[in-house]
Amino acid sequence: MIEIRDLHKSYQMGSNSLHVLKGINFKAEEGELVAIMGSSGSGKSTLLNILGMLDEADTGDYILDGVKIEKLSETKAARYRNKFLGFVFQSFNLINYKTAMENVALPLYYQKVSRKDRETKALKYLEQVGLKEWANHLPSELSGGQKQRVAIARAMAAEPKVLLADEPTGALDSTTSYEVMDLIQQINDQGNTILVVTHEEDIAHMCKRIIHLRDGVIVEDKKIDQVRASEYVQ
Amino acid sequence: MFDIERWQEIFDTIRKNKLRTFLTGLSVASGIFILVILLGFGQGMRNGIAHEFEQDAATSVWVWPGMTSMEYKGMNPGRRIQLRNENYENWDQMNRERIEFSSPRNFVNGISVTYGNEALVYGVQGVSPQFQFIENAKMSEGRFLNQTDHDNTAKVVVIGQKIRQDVFGSLETPIGEYIDISGLPFKIVGVYKEQEEREEERMYIPLNTAQKVFNGGDRINNLAYTLPPAETFDQAVAEAVAFKDQLQSYLQQAHTVAPEDTSAIQVWSALEEAKRYYSLTRNIKLFFWFVGICTIIAGVVGVSNIMLIVVKERTREIGIRKALGAKPWSIVGMILHEAIFVTAISGFLGLIFSMGLLELVGPHVEVDYIMNPSVNLSVALSTVAVLILAGTIAGFFPAWRAANVQVITALRDE
Repeated sequence: MIEIRDLHKSYQMGSNSLHVLKGINFKAEEGELVAIMGSSGSGKSTLLNILGMLDEADTGDYILDGVKIEKLSETKAARYRNKFLGFVFQSFNLINYKTAMENVALPLYYQKVSRKDRETKALKYLEQVGLKEWANHLPSELSGGQKQRVAIARAMAAEPKVLLADEPTGALDSTTSYEVMDLIQQINDQGNTILVVTHEEDIAHMCKRIIHLRDGVIVEDKKIDQVRASEYVQ
Repeated sequence: MFDIERWQEIFDTIRKNKLRTFLTGLSVASGIFILVILLGFGQGMRNGIAHEFEQDAATSVWVWPGMTSMEYKGMNPGRRIQLRNENYENWDQMNRERIEFSSPRNFVNGISVTYGNEALVYGVQGVSPQFQFIENAKMSEGRFLNQTDHDNTAKVVVIGQKIRQDVFGSLETPIGEYIDISGLPFKIVGVYKEQEEREEERMYIPLNTAQKVFNGGDRINNLAYTLPPAETFDQAVAEAVAFKDQLQSYLQQAHTVAPEDTSAIQVWSALEEAKRYYSLTRNIKLFFWFVGICTIIAGVVGVSNIMLIVVKERTREIGIRKALGAKPWSIVGMILHEAIFVTAISGFLGLIFSMGLLELVGPHVEVDYIMNPSVNLSVALSTVAVLILAGTIAGFFPAWRAANVQVITALRDE
C-alpha cells in the first residue's frame, strides 16, 4: 500500500542545513497497523507530514497505492489528500462552528458528494464511533475523547486508503486513550491501513508493527503481538 | 457562483458567525448610507438654488434708477434719476434683435383702491403685456394685459392669486368684477400665479393707463428685459453682461451721469448672479463628492480590515479544510464568495435604506437653498458596485495567502 525508498529531507535553518530524514526505506501492506515511534527530533513528524503530502521530500520515492507521489502542486496534493488519506491530529482540529455531523461530512463536500448523501454517510460513521446521538452538538459540547472520535469518523468518512494519526492520544488521559485505540483497532480490523505516530509505549504496543526512528533513520522495525485495547475498556 | 453546495456552505458559515457577518455588513451599509445621504443633499442644494432662480426668467435684466453720487459735467451729485418713455423706446429700437421681452414699469402712487366697501392696500403697477413673461407669471384665470388694452388705455386690471384668495375667495371667479381705483372702475380680466406669494400681491394695469389716467406723464420707475436663449450657459452669461454694460452706459449718457457712477443707474442681471451660485453649487457638489469618496475609502479600508481579520481568524479552519482535501482555489472562492455576498446584501440594504429616507423626507425639506434632496440611482448603484469590488480585491490577497499557507503551519495557528 505504502512504499518509501531512500527518502531524504533537510530543512534550511539560516545558514545551517538540518538533515532530518537520512534515507528512510519502508513498506506497509494493506491492512497493517503501524506505530512510528521516536523521541522528539527523531523525524517522525516530518515523515508523517511527507506521507500525508503536507510536506515534500527532497529526494527519494513515495508510492501510495501504486501511484507515485511527486511534483505536488497545492491543487494536486489537495486532490490526493482527499482521495487517499484520512488525518487524525493530536489537537483534533475540528471546525468549532460546525456540528459533529457537519465536521464528519466536510471531506465529502470536497469530494462533491451531494448534501443528502453527505449527511447519511456522516451519520453512519458517527454511529460507528458511537456518537450518533451527538451528531448535532458542537465540538465545544464534547469531551476530548468524543472530539477525537468525531475526528476519526471524519477521517474515515472520505474512505481513504490510509489513515494517518499524529499522536491521536497525545491530548487524552489513559482511559480515553484506550477507548480511542480500541476504535482504531476496530477500524483496522475492517481492513484499513493505519499509521500511528506516538511516543507512548503502551499505545505503540496496541499496533501490529513498531518502527523506531532515531536521528532520521529507522533503527528498529519489528512485528509485535497486538495488545487489544478492549481489555482496558469497560 | 451557481454552485448550490457552496451557497449552502456559505449560508451555514454566515448563520454560525452572526457577529462577524453583522460587523462586516454594518461597515459597508453605513458607508453607502452616508454617501447616498451626502450626494442627496448635494443634489438638494443644486435643486434649491435652481429653484430660487426660477422665480424670474433666468435671462432677465432689471434697471433701477437711483441717485447720482458724482459730480459730472457741471451737475451736482445727489440728483435723482427719472427714467422716461423715450429711454425705453430708444433702447428697444436700437436693440430689437437682442431683446426677447421688455417692459417698463410705473408704480402708481397716491391712489385708493376699493372693492365694494372694502379698501384694498395692494400696489398698482403699470406694465406692458410682455411683463408676464419677464416675471414668469402663470395665468390661473383669464388673461394677462394685451396690446389692445395698452392702445385703448383700457381700464382693466390683472390681479395676483393671493389677492384673489383674500378678497374674492367667496366668488367662483373674480373675472368680470370691477374694482375701484381712485374713483374709476377697473375690470378684472385675469389672475396670475407666481413662485412667491409676495409677488402675487400686485395689481397690473396697462402702462398707458397708469401714465395717462393717474398723471404719470412719461415717467417710468424701472425697466425689465429678458434676453433670447443662447446655446450655452457661458455664452448666455457673456451676452447678458454685455447687454447690461451697454444698457447702463446708454442710460448714463442719456441722463448725463458719470460713467463710473454705478449707483445712479443700477442694472442687475439674473444670469450673472446665477453664474455665481452655479459655480458655488458646483463647488459644493464637488465637496460632497470628495467627502463621499473619502467615506467610500473609509468603507473600503474597513472592509479590508475585516477581511484580514476574518481570514486570520480562519487560518486554522483553512488548514483543516486543506488537510481534508480543499484546493487553494476553493478556499479563496469560499472566502470571496462570502465576502461578496455579505457586502452586496448590506450594500443594497444601505442603499435602499438611504434612498428610502431621501424619498420619504426629501420632499418635506423646506429650507432655503435645499429642495428635494435626491440621488441618481445609477450613481448609487455604481458606488455599491465599487464597494463590492473593493471588498473583493481587499479580501482576495489575504485569502490567497491563507489558501497557500502550508497545512502544517496553518494547523499550528492558534
